[in-house]
Amino acid sequence: MTASPSEPEPSAPEPSAPEPSAPEPSAPEARREPYDLAVVGAGSAGLAAAVTASELGLAVALLDASAQTGGQFHRHPAPTLGARRPEALHHDWSAFTDLRRRLAGSSVTHLAGHHVWSTVREDDGSWTAHAVTGADGTAGRPARIRARTLLLATGAYERQLPLPGWTLPGVVGAGGAQAMLKSGLVLPGRRVVVAGSGPLLLAVASSLAAAGARVPAVVEAAGYLRYVRSPLALLANPAKAAEALSHGTALLRHRVRVRLRSAVTEVHGTDRVEAVTVTRLDADWRPVPGTGRRIACDALAVGHGLVPQIELATALGCATRRLPDGTLGLALDDLQETSERGLWAAGETGGVGGAELARTEGELAAHAVAARLLGRRADGDRIAGLRRRRDRLRAFAEVMSAAHAPGPGWQDWLTDDTDVCRCEEVTAGRIREAVTELGARDARTAKLLTRAGMGWCQGRMCGTAVSCLAAHGGAPEPPAERRPFAVPVRLSALAALDGEPDDPHPRAP
Amino acid sequence: MARTPADLVGAQPDPPFEITFDGRRVTALPGQTLAAALWGAGILAWRTTRDGGRPRGAFCGIGQCYDCLATVNGEPNRRACLVPARPGDAITTQEGHGHDRLAV
Repeated sequence: MTASPSEPEPSAPEPSAPEPSAPEPSAPEARREPYDLAVVGAGSAGLAAAVTASELGLAVALLDASAQTGGQFHRHPAPTLGARRPEALHHDWSAFTDLRRRLAGSSVTHLAGHHVWSTVREDDGSWTAHAVTGADGTAGRPARIRARTLLLATGAYERQLPLPGWTLPGVVGAGGAQAMLKSGLVLPGRRVVVAGSGPLLLAVASSLAAAGARVPAVVEAAGYLRYVRSPLALLANPAKAAEALSHGTALLRHRVRVRLRSAVTEVHGTDRVEAVTVTRLDADWRPVPGTGRRIACDALAVGHGLVPQIELATALGCATRRLPDGTLGLALDDLQETSERGLWAAGETGGVGGAELARTEGELAAHAVAARLLGRRADGDRIAGLRRRRDRLRAFAEVMSAAHAPGPGWQDWLTDDTDVCRCEEVTAGRIREAVTELGARDARTAKLLTRAGMGWCQGRMCGTAVSCLAAHGGAPEPPAERRPFAVPVRLSALAALDGEPDDPHPRAP
Repeated sequence: MARTPADLVGAQPDPPFEITFDGRRVTALPGQTLAAALWGAGILAWRTTRDGGRPRGAFCGIGQCYDCLATVNGEPNRRACLVPARPGDAITTQEGHGHDRLAV
């Protein structure tokens, strides 16, 4: 059984290949369980939370799918790649290395290679995090971690809007190109067009160009005028403007042209990318006829902002809020607690806002957890300062989210034979038919009629698009972000749930 | 201006090793994922889809989209963007659903 009903995983035999270079899953240390706090995600928010909570005297477990800390923003090469200047691919690298140093000097139990697929509240109010282990979650031994409180710092994944030709090899996520570059020191091509919407595009383009790729164009669907409509949030966050300026300067240096209010509306090629068509958009993101221009390239890095990764929380019934860009984030109180008592969240899970906000929220949440467990009031100068910084950065995040909200006109660049659901190969034409002929009015019905969103990725790649198509011109509902299994789980891992809670070697099925 | 990503970060990697893709030799650096090693050799597709038989490779790069599923040393459905390359790994193009051992 797996998160993907259409793709049952083999339950037996277990994979025989050993994985010496995969992160070795650490056995839960029975003597330390339950931990005071389990943190899911070792990116900026989770790292800050874990080291702060540990320094405040709590016993902390830090779970993360990767072998290394840093999350996506501070993803970096493995030590064996010998990068002497990893900071060349990073903004604010020292903020990460500071946290990494504090982690190394702390008593935090860092559980690398742990892919958390479910978190549950036990009868006594404590939490259990269930994880599969190994580089891709297929190592033999599942794990379960018990803790008195839980903090979700699971970050975000990239939002995609389909376009004709986007399944061709050479089309990659903008964040994906960045991740492969940051960790593997590789590029998807020599001439890479960067397109979509959101501030990530500028960072991706400047990284690709610095790493030797030609970037013929950065194609941004929004204008940047929406930012100017919120001068207070801009003035309060000069560091954000400076960051944008540094990317802009890098792009000028590499002679990269930024085209605003434009989109890649078609990818050309037979077995891989050969060119793209860039078309001007009106204010609603509708392609302006007759403005298409072909740009030769061998890769396209595309993305339309980020989606908070919140399925562990929604499975627990946590309240969500609709963000200005049409995604869902967790609804959090002033001290980062979700609507479920004892469950906190920090970073992109509450709305995408970047690494500095994530670190701030992680630290604030750790103070709140410590105050709860130690029976103190969560106040004092440090907490007040963190709250002010969180509020200031959050305000900027909301402006950014609104500025890059997709306009309804983007659907006009879809042809009927454009694949919308990459996993199940469901075209826009079939989804439109489900809406106009078969009466689907929401993404769930469209999914049941067409299988869009039913494949391996469980709608992460097509969710936004299916919601928009199902709304049929009306206001789309944000994709529900409900996935009872946050990652695919083999039957053997489920069968192992019968084992004793602290048994590091659960019975084979 | 640096010409390669390795130049940019001043990489001095441990010695490279070989893996194979559909029998073709590919050089990998220790610490790279299978997907990174394949990209490094200019290979962008290592799976064909179930319905259309279309080529696919790494897309999201962070283990979320499952487009990069590969058959590795005979085992299907490994996410190439997450699995580290090891000396001698044999990657083969994964066709269709990849459930070769279940014959479904």
